[in-house]
Amino acid sequence: MASLVLIEPKLEALARAGSSLINAGLKLDQDTHVLVLGSKEEALINKIALIKGVKKVYWATDPVFNYPLAESASECILALAKNYAYIIAPSSTFGKNILPKVAAKLDVAQVSDVINIISQDTFQHPIYAGNAIETVKCLDDKKVLSIRTTAFDPIEEQQPSCPIEKITTNFPQNHGQFKQLIEHKSKRPELTQADRIVSGGRGLQNAENFKIIEKLADLLGAAIGASRAAVDAGFIPNEFQVGQTGKVVAPTLYIAIGISGAIQHLAGMKDAKVIVAINKDEDAPIFEIATYGLVGDLFKIVPELINKLS
Amino acid sequence: MKVLVPVKRVIDPYVKIRVNQDLSGVQTEQVKMAMNPFDEIALEEAIRLKEKKLVDEIIIISIGESKSQETLRHGLALGADRAILIDTENKPNLCSLNIAKILQKIVQDESIEFVLMGKQAIDGDNNQTPQMLASLLDWPQATYASLLKINGKKLEITREVDAGLEVINADFPIVISVDLRLNTPRYASLPNIMQAKNKPLAIKKLAFLGLSLKEHIQIVKVEPPAQRKGGEILNSVDELVHKLKSVDKII
Repeated sequence: MASLVLIEPKLEALARAGSSLINAGLKLDQDTHVLVLGSKEEALINKIALIKGVKKVYWATDPVFNYPLAESASECILALAKNYAYIIAPSSTFGKNILPKVAAKLDVAQVSDVINIISQDTFQHPIYAGNAIETVKCLDDKKVLSIRTTAFDPIEEQQPSCPIEKITTNFPQNHGQFKQLIEHKSKRPELTQADRIVSGGRGLQNAENFKIIEKLADLLGAAIGASRAAVDAGFIPNEFQVGQTGKVVAPTLYIAIGISGAIQHLAGMKDAKVIVAINKDEDAPIFEIATYGLVGDLFKIVPELINKLS
Repeated sequence: MKVLVPVKRVIDPYVKIRVNQDLSGVQTEQVKMAMNPFDEIALEEAIRLKEKKLVDEIIIISIGESKSQETLRHGLALGADRAILIDTENKPNLCSLNIAKILQKIVQDESIEFVLMGKQAIDGDNNQTPQMLASLLDWPQATYASLLKINGKKLEITREVDAGLEVINADFPIVISVDLRLNTPRYASLPNIMQAKNKPLAIKKLAFLGLSLKEHIQIVKVEPPAQRKGGEILNSVDELVHKLKSVDKII
């Protein structure tokens, strides 16, 4: 029995997340097949076929999959499911939307946000906003897992292209209909895949001041993040939110500016390799986990940092 | 139309949790408990829809130990019309699939066409039950809703996704899971808290629902996460630049 890996479409290049997910699939079973949804994903498919270890790529070409709703996406997975012992997807909004639907139809449990594969049936995942790590054993024959991709290394090695099989079946569209995607356009790296992140919080005081975060980020080639406080105050749209209810990131460098470090926020970034905190309150909880801390006025420190890095 | 709002009693989100010495779980004795924040948002939305006369009755349901009655009374005080407690007695750790199966039974028994619930509980962080419920019922789902527009039997839901906002159309019956930014929940007023004591709260024992629930997941252990090494406070921007450039070599 093999593992089936659902890769998130619309990755212009197969970035870290997809390749890390395949790595998780290979840890479960050497016979790893990949499923990609969407008629426009040829470039992505061709890249996946070259990743060492992938045995087959399914390409579901129905145009409804260009913006896959959970109903049709889960039908497509279920059509393949009988041959697989493991069905995995990223624990992004894409994967989390679809996967529990698949698990319920298969009458099996799901483990969400797996960060560690202990054995073929035992997995670790964070609970309570990452303040505890739970080890669970799956008693079902089929294991359905959403994977925290930042917890697995991407595969660098390549192979000659594996077979690509098109799925041309049309799945019924008798549920919801996709209407519109209001994308946030940015030239900066995607938050969950960025190697460096500069994040701003309530300490920035207003949306205008957030521009210094952008300036520092651009200087470092970093993505921009934010705390929930900054999002709620309207400094920046919510897709930039890092935390338990936003995105979980684990970059090499995370610079937290004007962020106190509430439990909710720490859950989203405490696995970054190096954390830098800049805050005027020396008792801010962020300093307890920061690799390096600077206590002082961010409106003096950040411009000085920008100046020194320019 | 009736709306069913499932609510969960969880450790208050502002409490720093402690893992039991024997790694069996997280300490919940004498810890402040609260309604799961996402469920509060779902309930608030239901109340607003009732105020706009788009729903007639709000039923809240909780599945868990007897103490979940407190959470249900809180929900009644906020504006729910009646409550159901499914008392799980000695089955504390039901997985999301089994919770979804219990909800499915109640949806069918109560002829519900609309389920509005939190996107995830802040204890297990699973983010599964709404999707599983929709799947079992074979209803459409709209997860992570940040805006709802209802026009008769038609719905337009704006969903928070990683790429931005996705707008979908769907019809009733439906399961909707809500995100933080859908609304800001109200507080319960004292008269409403008093009134809530007289609202109906039905207690049903899980065993009497006639469901055959299988164990799917075993919890092996619960541990505290690895602690990060204590932070180093630097004195100047120069020192920081030196550390990042020369020590960690990351910029």
